[in-house]
Amino acid sequence: MQISFILNGRPTTVDVEPATLVAELLRERLSLTGTHIGCDTSQCGACVVHLNGLPVKSCTLLAPALMGATLLTIEGLQGAPGSNRMHPMQEAFREHHGLQCGFCTPGMLMTAVALAAEKPNLTEADVRHGLEGNICRCTGYQNIVVSVMAGAAAMNAGNGE
Amino acid sequence: MKPFAYHQPDQIADAAKLLTSIEDSKLVAGGMTLIPTLKQRLASPVALVDLTRLGDLSGITDGGDTVTIGAMTPHALVAASKLLQTKIPGLAALASMIGDPAVRSRGTIGGSVANNDPAADYPAGVLGLGATIITSTREIAADKFFLGLFETALEPSEIITAIRFPVPTKAGYAKFKAPASRYALVGVFVAKFADGVRVAVTGAGSGVFRVAPMEAALSGNFDASAIAAIKIDADGLTSDIHAEADYRAHLVTVMAKRAVGAALS
Repeated sequence: MQISFILNGRPTTVDVEPATLVAELLRERLSLTGTHIGCDTSQCGACVVHLNGLPVKSCTLLAPALMGATLLTIEGLQGAPGSNRMHPMQEAFREHHGLQCGFCTPGMLMTAVALAAEKPNLTEADVRHGLEGNICRCTGYQNIVVSVMAGAAAMNAGNGE
Repeated sequence: MKPFAYHQPDQIADAAKLLTSIEDSKLVAGGMTLIPTLKQRLASPVALVDLTRLGDLSGITDGGDTVTIGAMTPHALVAASKLLQTKIPGLAALASMIGDPAVRSRGTIGGSVANNDPAADYPAGVLGLGATIITSTREIAADKFFLGLFETALEPSEIITAIRFPVPTKAGYAKFKAPASRYALVGVFVAKFADGVRVAVTGAGSGVFRVAPMEAALSGNFDASAIAAIKIDADGLTSDIHAEADYRAHLVTVMAKRAVGAALS
């Protein structure tokens, strides 16, 4: 079936079998390999993307759900237009060492950006609750939580926006 | 996944027609249970009937002494609803505890209730509040809807369109979650109405159930102390890798006390 949607700001049309997962479509057809597949059972959160502004796990999303939708992947995350800078949440992860191997990071960032956009003043408890669906096997989460709080503060202060 | 045809009807009647005319077709709402099931090839329907184009099935409406939630309303919307946070805060809290943010973006109340997973959260809220399940053909009381393990009173081509909740005086939900899946090992929903209290338990057995002795005790005195001594018989409760039946039985009383505490807070 033919599916048209907005991918990272660009109108995109693909012809896919309905039994195609969005994570597969992104990685194997559209060469957007920033979205990682960790568990492929919707538990680890490495594949989180934004569907119409909401965080979803792309390994548990069928391609037909994209029809007419707006999809944002890690490749579409960026700082102020034309600034050549990273998104404030990415800057915060670098600044506060919110990653080690980096495999879970795309999903962490997408979940964190959605969380910060949803609630302006995040507490540590909000961040830990909000990251329940994202698993990291390296960091013990401490620096991820610190990074998300710093990134959220920067987003709300408008830094780099 | 095995290949399947995909239909996105925009009328409920068309969805029901597709369901009856295509043998071995399945409805898909948010897909949070169905898609993992398809990936594991535990199900291989020939066609999926997607309900997302039926836009009027999503939303929360105030009916005065009731609140009606459209079947396609995602958990995140229920959790964030100011109306529910005011009228039935226990139900908004329950929705905020389901899965994780990504699951709450996609998963729907209708899908959860129709699937009737023995460890899902919503069945406890629906039965605990004595809600009414509104379908494409009729209305079904919660007490007559949940029939056990993944089984409901729904006919094969019947589609849930909304769920109507009576507004309680107080209500609360508490769950002890399985840490990896965040499904309820045991979850208890407690609701106090002018004419009595309802207590519904999920996760503990093969399906959601009520606890009459707790309802009687709480109707007399709506305080956690009233049920502290009530023990649940472990016979017939679930034993699995996560917990033995006697531990689940113990947790029912603990979670019921916490649910009463949440309702009073």
